[in-house]
Amino acid sequence: MTLALYRVDDRLIHGQVVVGWGQPLDCSFIVLVDDEVSGSDWEQDLYRMGVPPTIEVIFASVEQAAAHLADWEADARVGILLVGDVDTAVALANRAPEVKKLNIGGVHHRAGRSERLRFVYLTDDEAAKLKQLAARGVDVTAQDVPTARAVPIGEFT
Amino acid sequence: MSELRGVIVSHAAVAQALVAAVTAITGIEGVLTAVSNEGCGTEALGERLRQAVGQGPAVLFVDLPGGSCFSSSVRYAKQGGGGAELAVVTGVNLAMLLDFVFHRDISPADAARRAVDAGAKAIRVTGAPA
Repeated sequence: MTLALYRVDDRLIHGQVVVGWGQPLDCSFIVLVDDEVSGSDWEQDLYRMGVPPTIEVIFASVEQAAAHLADWEADARVGILLVGDVDTAVALANRAPEVKKLNIGGVHHRAGRSERLRFVYLTDDEAAKLKQLAARGVDVTAQDVPTARAVPIGEFT
Repeated sequence: MSELRGVIVSHAAVAQALVAAVTAITGIEGVLTAVSNEGCGTEALGERLRQAVGQGPAVLFVDLPGGSCFSSSVRYAKQGGGGAELAVVTGVNLAMLLDFVFHRDISPADAARRAVDAGAKAIRVTGAPA
């Protein structure tokens, strides 16, 4: 199998990911790519507590993820890769040609962002970066849960 | 020391419903505050927690032992809770809240342990064939 989902979600590991996506995908491992969390033992413990023991959680910085992405893609199990923001997704995609699809699963309101979808708020700069990724051939869609429609990038940027 | 309060942190409207149920049963108001993660990223949920906790002390009652409500609550407490004395309990249920509102003259940590005990005692199998 492979990494079945590359997801941008500012909540990182939470119910929608573990249950909403994890169950139908039969996910066996989650790769959490975040420079800060990869260096914080207590935050890693925190995120592990939200995951059943049947699912392995791997923490990686962007650099580490770029170096190991091919291995995770070749893994016999199904996995989910998570990043917390658009900038991290772009940084990873710039280093790793394996990133061919991107699910915008939850980017919430903060200063400077405007509502694009109920669960997607972006700055103009973030929207432009996603469009650039799409122009390079990455399939960028927004979809919070598997039962929802995958919204094409043209409808939310 | 300020009076101990409870902040219920949940997905959707679970917290709001629990507050309403406690008030309906006990008539006690103003002790519990509901916080929903609806539409929140980590930053926004942290701000909702800050507003709900205030100066504390408080027990944060979280719905699930994992997920955004849990991670935001533990992170807020770990980062000092805005100066408030806090404890975090997961698996909130109505029974533990009913006990909590009548037993708040103790520390958040003791109240959290008491709440877990009261909540666990309410979970049982009844009426099933032996």
